[in-house]
Parts: sequence; C-alpha cells; structure tokens
Amino acid sequence: MEAEAASHRPRTLFEKVWDAHVVKPETPDAPAVLYVDLHLVHEVTSPQAFSLLAERGLRLRRPDRTLATMDHSTPTTPRGPGGAWVYGDAQAEAQVRRLSENCRSFGVELHPLGDAAQGIVHVIGPELGATQPGMTVVCGDSHTATHGAFGALAFGIGTSEVGYVLAAQCLLQRRPRTLRVNVDGRLPAGIGAKDLVLAIIAKLGVGGGTGHVAEYAGPAIRALGMEARMTVSNMSIEMGARAGMIAPDDTTFQYLSGRAKTPRGEAFEQAMASWRALPSDAGARFDREVSLDAAAVEPMITWGTNPAQAIPVTAAVPDPALAADAGTRASLESALRYMGFTPGERLLGHPVDVVFIGSCTNSRLPDLREAATVMKGRKVRLRTLVVPGSAAVKREAEAEGLDRIFRESGAEWREPGCSMCIAMNGDHLERGQYCVSTSNRNFEGRQGAGGRTLLASPATAAAAAVAGAVADPRRLEG
Amino acid sequence: MEPLRKLRSRTVVLAKDHVDTDQIIPARFLKCTDKKGLGKALFSDWRYDEAGAPRPDFVLNRPEARGASILVAGDNFGCGSSREHAPWALVDAGFRAVLSTSIADIFKNNALKNGLLPVVVEPAAHARLLAAPGAELAIDLADLSLTLPGGGVAHFPLDAFARYCLMNGVDELGYILAEAEAISAFERARGER
Ligand code: SF4
Repeated sequence: MEAEAASHRPRTLFEKVWDAHVVKPETPDAPAVLYVDLHLVHEVTSPQAFSLLAERGLRLRRPDRTLATMDHSTPTTPRGPGGAWVYGDAQAEAQVRRLSENCRSFGVELHPLGDAAQGIVHVIGPELGATQPGMTVVCGDSHTATHGAFGALAFGIGTSEVGYVLAAQCLLQRRPRTLRVNVDGRLPAGIGAKDLVLAIIAKLGVGGGTGHVAEYAGPAIRALGMEARMTVSNMSIEMGARAGMIAPDDTTFQYLSGRAKTPRGEAFEQAMASWRALPSDAGARFDREVSLDAAAVEPMITWGTNPAQAIPVTAAVPDPALAADAGTRASLESALRYMGFTPGERLLGHPVDVVFIGSCTNSRLPDLREAATVMKGRKVRLRTLVVPGSAAVKREAEAEGLDRIFRESGAEWREPGCSMCIAMNGDHLERGQYCVSTSNRNFEGRQGAGGRTLLASPATAAAAAVAGAVADPRRLEG
Repeated sequence: MEPLRKLRSRTVVLAKDHVDTDQIIPARFLKCTDKKGLGKALFSDWRYDEAGAPRPDFVLNRPEARGASILVAGDNFGCGSSREHAPWALVDAGFRAVLSTSIADIFKNNALKNGLLPVVVEPAAHARLLAAPGAELAIDLADLSLTLPGGGVAHFPLDAFARYCLMNGVDELGYILAEAEAISAFERARGER
C-alpha cells in the first residue's frame, strides 16, 4: 500500500536520483547509505584518502567507477627543454607524482599531464561522457556541482569521504532539502550563463542555499547549451547549495551521444528512455522556490570578497552606510577595504592588472569563443591568460583558430589546468593586483596572497583585457 | 578518533561573517600529502604579515587565545571549498568546537569526521558569546547544552548519528564497511556483478 502510494506521489528530479541510490534508508538514528556511481579524483584532496586505504589494508572497491586526472597543482606553461614539465615548486610536483603512484597501485584510470583527455576534473567528466543523467557523482571538490547540469546528483565531499567512497563506493548522507530556482523569460543578447548565475547568487546570498540541493528550471535554463548549463550548476556551492541540478532533455542527450564513455547504439536508446523519466513531475513539491526574470539580467561583476557581492558592470558598489544591520555593514566595509574601493564608486573604467580566462566555470569551447569574439582584431592592454579547461578543449580551440586570435591580441595561450583560479601551480597574482577573472571565487587571496579578484563572464573579462580597465562588453570602442 | 563527551574551555571570538575555507587555510598549503602540522598555516593570511611575522592585532595571536579550544565565529562559517585541510588545521591548532549561527554543509561534515564539534546557536545566544571573548564555556554532548557567559544554558541541535560517533570516537568508515553485504546486494539488484 505504502510503496504504491509513494510511487504515485509526484517527485522532484533530485528525489528520483536519490531514491534510486539508497542502499539503506535513513532513520532518526542513522543517515542513509547512498551509492556512488562515479567518483572523480584529483591530486589535491586524494593523497590522505589513499593513505587511509593503505593503512587499513583496504582495496579500491570499484576501479571501474573511479576516474582520476591532475589539474590543480599542474603547470600550464609549455614543457621545458627535453619535454619535461616545469612545476611551480617541488611540493606541487611531489603531489602530482603521488597521484600517479596511487592510481598505479590501486588500479585507477588516470589521465595524467600530457594525456589527450587530461584537464580540469569537472571539464573532462562530461567531455568523456562519464557524467550521465540520473547518476550520483562525487569528488573531493566543491565544484562537483557542475555535473548536475546533466541531471546527475553531484556534490563535493571531503577527503575522509573520498576514502570511504574508494573503499565502499558509498557515503552516509542525510537527505537535503530542495530548492527550485525558476528562471523565466529569455536572456538578452550578449548576456550569458555566468551573468545569470552571478545574478542568482547575488539574489540568494552566499549562504542562501545552505542545506539544499538546487534545481534550475524554466525557459531561460532550457534555452542554454550544455556548457552554459555547466556554468550555472558549477557555481551552486557559491550560494551554499551542495548540488545544482538541471533536468536532462534533448540538448543533454545530443551532447552525450557518441562520447567515449556513453553507451552506444541500442544501449544509448535504452538509456535515453530512462533518462526521459528523470525530470521533476508536475506537482512535485520543493521545500523552497525562488524566481528570477532572465530578461532583466545584465553583465555582472563582483566587487567584493564573496561571489554574492555582485552587481551589474555599470552599477556602483554599495555604500555600507546604507546597510540594514551592523553585521552586513561590517561585511561590506571589510570587503571594500580589502578590494580598495570607495563606497558608491562605479567600477567602469577602474584599472585592472591581469585578466584570467579559464577555470571549471568558464574554460570550455563556447566560453573561449565568447572571449575570442571580443578580442579578435584588438590588442590586450594587460597581462591576459587564456587557459583551456582540458586538452580536448585546447585541440578544438586550435582547430578553429581561437589560439591565433588570442596570441595575436597579445594574450598567453596556456596548457589546460586550474591555473590562476586557485593559484597552486605558480600562476598567481601579486599583492594588490586587480584581476577580472572568469573563475568562481573572489575570496581574499584566492588568486594569490593579497590579490583582488573581480568575477565576470568571458565577454566581460575579454572586454577588460582590451580596455585595460573594467568595461561593458556591450559598449566597447574600437 | 578520540571520543568527545564534554568540553570545557575559553573561547576565541572571530566576529566575521562568511569566513570561507580559503581564509581558514589558503590553497598554497594544500600541496601536502599528509594531515599533520597544518595548524601553523591556520588563518595564515590574517595571522601573519607579508614578511611572515605574526600580526599582534589578530585574535589568534593574542596571549588570551593560547590554549583556547572553542572558536566563536560569524554567520555561515566554513563556506566555499570542500578542503578537509580546514578542520585538520583547526584541530591541529587545538580547536575542538566551532560555534556560529550557521555553518556551511561540507565544512560541517568534514569537521565531524575529525572530532571537531560544529555548534549552531540562536542569534541571541550567539550575540552573548560574541560580546564575551575569552569566556569559559562548558559544552556537554549528553544533553547538547552549553553554558552561556553571564549565566544560563543554551541547547544546540546535532544529528543523532554524528553525536553517537563523536561521543564514542567511532569513525564512519567502519560503519559503512559493515554494510558490505547490503552494498553487494544493491549492486546485484542493479544487474552488476
Ligand atoms: S578550476 Fe578552480 S574551482 Fe574549478 S576545480 Fe580547479 S581550482 Fe577548483
């Protein structure tokens, strides 16, 4: 009786994926045991987890569900003489070597530096077709939310949990609450997914999604391509939501068809049939819903030290004197002080030192095309790094001549990796420098101690590169 | 993991909202392949100046902070990156509890795995804690209570399983591995293996 009632109850996309992975249901005394379909591994958050297995004499339970790459500590400068990679420092090199050793001894598929499928972990999972609708995907990395763009339940975990998944392919989880973000209307021409997600985070706040799994829905989301959807899901954690899902549809299936790890032929048809049942049912209930009008979104840029501190590029930074309460006032004051902005100042025309185009938010082919459109035939006026998300993105970009556009404009065209998104590999800002960056975090010192980050779309970052200052990509001169 | 049943300590107050894990431990310290010794890098960019000298005005550098194992923090503590290095650094520096009005999800999970107690209190109790840096608090996991500066007791929520693990020093891996049969059955039911 009860089971039947449950099966007719309208369910959300999240509930369907969750329900299908419960090995043991949760009780008041214990969380659910949740099965993991795909475990992505990188060099920074895995060494202590592999050590845990080694210490306890445990094996890797499912090598076939584990996929590793190196991206954070790896150089993005070309190989040195003799073909050797030039690491930022000995510790970075040792960490990368440790991943190779661990993958060899535990039997993990690894895409190392120089491999045709190497790249940022959240770029290569989808690219290889390893990320699929309805899956549970985890990684020791908070931007694992990216994979939610495919209708997967994907979230970041800590290193202890990386160890649990290596050993048991499962996690202990309490069921999170659900939040639907409805984006009505259409994005105006020239406004992209990055502008949209910054507007969503600004609306909800940096902790607004805590405890929730988000689902992005509505016509403006449906109109986005897969890469743009990944840009949106990617930043879910910046409002505190561990996961951000988008219902799979024909756009999703078209992207996946023919990829290295997706099923082929008849098996793909069957998979598609089950994926079509995933979208939230009409009448499914969410714990919370918010709505946003896509038509009102403008090019966005952050002025502060968390990703919710975002404004339209043409707007003025806030004045703490007008803050509603003392806590908000203190946060605004501290962010303005760090960033060196005065209350009420406009950012347009503010000098910039570096532009970074890359990261798991914006390093895919359409992102690079967006930047190239702005930079074509123009010269950059400041140090500009363009870092493709993966070896595959790099090849495709070069095949259509994007690398030439970047180089001719004076930008650096790099090897794939995280690079200046996290500044672990030697690519970093100097103290006090301003950087317009297409990455996802503007925390103090994120791109190098004392560095100041302004997050924006590839078009806005490219506009800053050619203008030498914060600029509106819709109104560029020359 | 060492069991944690009761905790008695002075507090250190870091009255800042949205302290992200990049501040708790900057990324350049994540190149280690070990967990130990990260306490030195805790809040590195706030604690030390450009030449590496301690900034005397930062709370953790004040003499009163020495030996304190309860950190009272602003709202939304631990947001951002999933790095477990953040709780590793806090524990290595001697902290056993973090108190705030809200704590980010991944940080909270990571803290629990390392015997670091996340305590979420109501804004009124939080305001009293913020106003009394260095106050001596007693936290008891048996009834999920904490004494407030100036008298009175507040209660805080904690997942029953998390509490059990903390109080008994149980690590989750053992619990999950004990489910091996259920996990195999799940895989078989899906037509694998
Ligand atoms: S690109 Fe940046 S955010 Fe993405 S995985 Fe790398 S370091 Fe993390």
